[in-house]
Amino acid sequence: MLTEHEIKEIEKEIALYPVKSAACIEALKIVQQHRGWVADEQIKDIAQLLDMSYEEVDGVATFYNMIFRKPVGRNVIYVCNSVTCYMMGYESIYQKLSQKLGIQWGETTSDGRFTLLPNPCLGDCDHAPAMMINSDHYNRLTPDKLDEILEKYK
Amino acid sequence: MERPLTQNIKADGTYCTIDEYRRNGGYEAARKAVQEMESQQITQTVKDANLLGRGGAGFNTGMKWSFVNISNPNEQRYVIANGDEMEPGTFKDRLLLEGDPHQLIEGMIIAAKALKASQGFIFVRWAYKKAHQTIQKALDEAYQAGFLGKNIFGSNFSFDLHLHTSVGRYICGEETALINSLEGKRANPRAKPPFPQISGLFGKPTIVNNVETYCNIPHIIKNGPVWYKALSRSSEGGTKLYGVSGRVKNPGLWELPLGVTVRELLFDYAGGMQEGYKFRGLLPGGASTDFLVEEHLDTPMDFASVAKAGSRLGTGTMIVLDDQTCPVAFVHNLIRFFANESCGWCTPCREGLPWVEKILEKIERGEGTEKDIDILRFHTKYLAPGNTFCALAPGAMEPLQSALKYFIDDFNRHIHEKKCPWKK
Ligand SMILES: Cc1cc2nc3c(=O)[nH]c(=O)nc-3n(C[C@H](O)[C@H](O)[C@H](O)COP(=O)(O)O)c2cc1C
Ligand code: SF4
Ligand code: FES
Repeated sequence: MLTEHEIKEIEKEIALYPVKSAACIEALKIVQQHRGWVADEQIKDIAQLLDMSYEEVDGVATFYNMIFRKPVGRNVIYVCNSVTCYMMGYESIYQKLSQKLGIQWGETTSDGRFTLLPNPCLGDCDHAPAMMINSDHYNRLTPDKLDEILEKYK
Repeated sequence: MERPLTQNIKADGTYCTIDEYRRNGGYEAARKAVQEMESQQITQTVKDANLLGRGGAGFNTGMKWSFVNISNPNEQRYVIANGDEMEPGTFKDRLLLEGDPHQLIEGMIIAAKALKASQGFIFVRWAYKKAHQTIQKALDEAYQAGFLGKNIFGSNFSFDLHLHTSVGRYICGEETALINSLEGKRANPRAKPPFPQISGLFGKPTIVNNVETYCNIPHIIKNGPVWYKALSRSSEGGTKLYGVSGRVKNPGLWELPLGVTVRELLFDYAGGMQEGYKFRGLLPGGASTDFLVEEHLDTPMDFASVAKAGSRLGTGTMIVLDDQTCPVAFVHNLIRFFANESCGWCTPCREGLPWVEKILEKIERGEGTEKDIDILRFHTKYLAPGNTFCALAPGAMEPLQSALKYFIDDFNRHIHEKKCPWKK
């Protein structure tokens, strides 16, 4: 069941558009903001609220890579793996992170603290290599800077 | 040298508030457009300025606007700013979004008046979190000042503008996919025609322009087409945000007259190659443009000249390939991006790009054959413009086809030496 708060936020979005289903992405974002990810049950609830089918909503949810259909860690690390960061050494950043956290691309640490994901160009190419943790950008990375950065995220 | 687009951008990274923006003459152009100008007159002024779209394709902005039928006062029309900016190597709109949001809003108000549009959206990619905040703050400020909403500048013109933050996927930058995404759908592109100018968001006439494109509009309205054209070194109007990334001494972003040469950018602004690295080639405007090499260094970076050199100006943010990066690995990285980001709608792209990626990976591993080169060449034809539903796959082929032209010896060495010569 969606919370009353979630429903209220989604209804505010519905009001912006001529059709209810246009609020689908916003609804998914709202649910994810509150719960960290979107489970099957909430797909069903959103579908009901927006007069859509379960499949339609799930089709949208699975299209966009920033809607998580599986649980993620408390903090998500997005390492840029696009071309400039490739030339400037993102692979050594990934290796250090992977080794330190004991996880590979797409995995979450057993304590649920971090999920590690590759991400296309973060728009930081003039300061490559770059990554984000949650909403924070980090750039001009070297492997030895990572320990200190990760310390900030519990 | 005049730098209208970046004149308000502060070095400390904070955004230009509405008070600061107005102190520098901000919103005067919107006031003039709303209070004193007819819609057609605005569109004609923009057309005369020869502003070419900064999203990559370089289409004349005023011309695009002129395709919208504005005769029906009761019809809903939309203006949309494309701030998806997910093209690898591109980081120009970010500066404008984070540093001077009111310039974009003002440009969109003027566009809305030209198109008699009552609603607009600013579509910003997921990763630009700081931009989400500055744009939202600026929208609130503009509403408070009466520049957005009902009867703006005391006129009978009303315009509402909203921020939409995206949830990922490069294809959202393609304008019809962006429109589908705004409608809450999967971001698959739509068939064209009809073009969005005829049938766009919710089936209504819609204009999609790049963020940098809109940012030019207030300056054109304020200072006129003659002034605007004189900013440029070419017949295409204005200045341009140019970027350089890769193994150069001073990677960065600069606003310069349209038509500075590749050489000036690479050496005068980016400082030339880093110690120990040699120049091999560059993609002039993001991941989906053809390589330029040594012989092209004196090419002016305007749409027509870069096209004549066999590539595209694209986003104007260049990616430099150095001699210590394997060109096959470089292209493989690009193709992996495009294969991942294919929206899956049409078969040539959905099936072809992963195939190309596998072949490149195989060559890079030292297991490629000469037949693989033929397969790559076949794809550059098979995925050429016209064969796929949108421009994503043809764009992906641009760096590949030009790499096969300029760096074919390097591809062949992988095949003959059965390893990547760059791997120790
Ligand atoms: C795959 C793909 C991605 C695109 N991404 C962007 C983008 O991020 N930003 C952008 O302004 N245009 C992008 N475009 C171009 C848009 O479709 C459209 O041409 C542009 O927004 C028009 O604006 P302009 O006329 O001001 O250049 C993309 C096109 C394709 C095919
Ligand atoms: S070319 Fe690729 S991205 Fe474009 S519609 Fe076809 S599958 Fe989708
Ligand atoms: S390529 Fe990594 S931030 Fe652009």
